[in-house]
Amino acid sequence: MDDTLDGPEGIIELEIPARPEFVGLARLVVSSLASTRRALEDDRIDDLKLAVSEACTNAIEAHVEVDVDERVVVRWRDDEDRLEVLVEDRGRGFDPDTLPEHPPVTDPERLNFERGLGIPLIRTLVDQVEFDPSESGTAVRMVMYCAPADLDFGDFGLLEDEEPA
Amino acid sequence: MDLGLDVEPDRNGYTVLAVRGEVDVYTAPRLREKIVELVSEGKYKIVVDLEGVDFLDSTGLGVLVGGLKRLRSHDGDLTLVCTQHRILKVFEITGLTKVFSIHDSVDAAVAA
Repeated sequence: MDDTLDGPEGIIELEIPARPEFVGLARLVVSSLASTRRALEDDRIDDLKLAVSEACTNAIEAHVEVDVDERVVVRWRDDEDRLEVLVEDRGRGFDPDTLPEHPPVTDPERLNFERGLGIPLIRTLVDQVEFDPSESGTAVRMVMYCAPADLDFGDFGLLEDEEPA
Repeated sequence: MDLGLDVEPDRNGYTVLAVRGEVDVYTAPRLREKIVELVSEGKYKIVVDLEGVDFLDSTGLGVLVGGLKRLRSHDGDLTLVCTQHRILKVFEITGLTKVFSIHDSVDAAVAA
């Protein structure tokens, strides 16, 4: 991605053990960051939280598959108009294009597919996603574009009754 | 992170399973076990009440799809109660609103 945020400023990194009980922590950290930095509206924070949960779940499953003891890395970067969450695993390298396509929901066969919903969810929930599989693992880069920084509640007419200072 | 699972064994002939908390890769296995347990007790009409759920991801969806499949194989059904926008959205994106009957309340679900 050409427009990747560069430089170490504003980078926050979380390493979690590749175990299911830590996915909730990754969600909590990302949604807290998004809300304290006032980067996104509440429903978009929910979207990002869900996308990060899906990416971390896949990462943990990738580690279990190859039985590696390494941690999953969740990296956050932001600037005024976008934020980026990178989830990196040390699994086998996962290519989302190889996912089997699900039958249409109206087909009774659809009930045989309990998995494979995470990637379509990520693709829908974030503004931009990139999967970068390699022999040493997979990096999932999710980008959300933020509302203009100068937007405040006054723009929605919520402060109409307030006296000018 | 806690998952609450409360069972009301007989409400108008349905078993109501009220789920509370976060359903993800860590907690979803407990939801699956509970559904399997109810089915093994011969409860084939199950209403899963999601009103107390704060978070649900694809692992939770998978468990519900698996439960529905299991119940249909017994000529039963698994229906849902959900009015929360952020949870409904997950069903909408994945097209599963077409697979599950989703009701506004437990009363509506057991009257269906």
